[in-house]
Amino acid sequence: MPNSTPAQDATAVTIDDVRLADVARQMDKRTQVDDLGQLEAGLDALETHGRQKAKIRHTIARLLSPLIAIVAVLIIWQVIITLQWQPDYVIPAPQQVWDAISAQAEQQILWAATLNSIRRALQGFAIALIIATPIGVALGLNKTLRAIFGPLLTGLQQLPSVAWVPAAIIWFGLSDATIYTVVLLGAVPSISKGLISGIDQIPTIYLRAGKVLGARGYLSIRHILLPAAWPGYLSGLEQGWAFAWRSLMAAELIAVSPALGPGLGQMLDTGRSLGDMALVLGSIIVIMAVGVLVERVVFAPVRQRTLRNRGLLTA
Amino acid sequence: MTLTSDVQAESVIIRDVTKQFTPDGPIVLDNVSLDVRPGEFVSLVGASGCGKSTLLNLLAGLDTPTRGTIQTPGPPALMFQEAALMPWLTAGKNVELALLLRGVPRRERRPRAQELLATVHLERAYDQRPHELSGGMRQRVAIARALAQQRTVLLMDEPFAALDAITRDLLHEELTRIWLETGITVIFVTHNVREAVRLSQRVLLMSSRPGRIIREWTIGGEETRRIDSPFVAELASQITDDLREEIRRHA
Repeated sequence: MPNSTPAQDATAVTIDDVRLADVARQMDKRTQVDDLGQLEAGLDALETHGRQKAKIRHTIARLLSPLIAIVAVLIIWQVIITLQWQPDYVIPAPQQVWDAISAQAEQQILWAATLNSIRRALQGFAIALIIATPIGVALGLNKTLRAIFGPLLTGLQQLPSVAWVPAAIIWFGLSDATIYTVVLLGAVPSISKGLISGIDQIPTIYLRAGKVLGARGYLSIRHILLPAAWPGYLSGLEQGWAFAWRSLMAAELIAVSPALGPGLGQMLDTGRSLGDMALVLGSIIVIMAVGVLVERVVFAPVRQRTLRNRGLLTA
Repeated sequence: MTLTSDVQAESVIIRDVTKQFTPDGPIVLDNVSLDVRPGEFVSLVGASGCGKSTLLNLLAGLDTPTRGTIQTPGPPALMFQEAALMPWLTAGKNVELALLLRGVPRRERRPRAQELLATVHLERAYDQRPHELSGGMRQRVAIARALAQQRTVLLMDEPFAALDAITRDLLHEELTRIWLETGITVIFVTHNVREAVRLSQRVLLMSSRPGRIIREWTIGGEETRRIDSPFVAELASQITDDLREEIRRHA
């Protein structure tokens, strides 16, 4: 077997006979190219089908369907009240809850508390995002770092962040710092872990393609890694938001002080201290409603858009 | 500078390249040497395990040889069997990404990307997502993206293997046209002997385990020929005979 010296036994073949056959096509190259373009356009049209637009009727139906659950709960609730199974200081009627919330609204407490809580959660979430993203990228890319810090991150994620409230109060007193500390400890681990799993799930072909395109360092992270990891990162953000919101409620519920201003957690605590079950239930409903609203208005459209753009939506 | 040293600098020069993935693992590439002239179209054919893809990865700089040297005129562009378009970007933005990573200023990117898409007859697909395109269209976007890199060497790793025959035929024509227009050096890896003969100026047959270049055929004359021409059929059957003999050796 010759050792990779192919030149000496190479067989040269001339192509004169082929040339004759191709003369016609060579004569007018321009026509040939246009012809190819037209051929391809025809094939492209045959092999692709237009985008399907969601019908408006379906979109409205999808948006309104949760109302069915709300109405069902209200009916069951009202039936329980009508049966007079428990006294109304244990289970108040829907009307009483509505009145309690209306009273809060009239005293300007409801809106102040809701907006203040949302503002805190958003600010905490934004700070968490800034802290969690570099951690996620570092641990996603570096196996050694992940071996060292991964378990710590998992531990922090498993720990209910309300457990940090006593510590935070001892460190920072009844201040905003206490609340943000608890929110951050709730949200950061989830966001980081989501990003890490997003990075793990990137098909290697994109990373190779990125490398061949010359993506290095920051450009590679910004244009290849983060967008490729986005679906996992987004789940992390959703979970991080949920953790931020519930940590905030826990912190507001425990760290009650006039210095902190109103909040939904404080409103809930007011209900508890007054033994006002209607206000307690009303506060819970508002807290849930904010959670659902953020999911519907912020995360669901982003998730939908991501899946649609990447062709991951199942019809 | 003399012409010869110019040609030398623009050539792909592979000298005695050996590749083992582990120190006592199998020899994937055994002492492979190959020179590819500037603007040449060379195909590597061989059965599975002949290390053709490994050789391309070495050329692309995605891996390093165990022994031997590789010289390329700048980093090459590489196309895979999958188009490997970024699914979060439109076709146009995929081309723009290559321009961005090459440092083309923002204002010039869109018109440049549109021109490049027009080169592969996809000017209307600018805003379409990869999943909305057919396999052939995706591969054409990948060609446009590779051209956007403005490299002198284009490596192609079975780029048309997953396409149907009609589409593949059109893409052969497209690729030949682009190669003639741009003068880019192409190193093309394929299982498909006819495809290699249809496209190349030189076909290299590789043996498997260990991977060596065992024979080469030079095809002179005009560069456009049809895959169903008697010439292609004749030479392809010759090469296939050699390839089969090589495969039989492993029985």
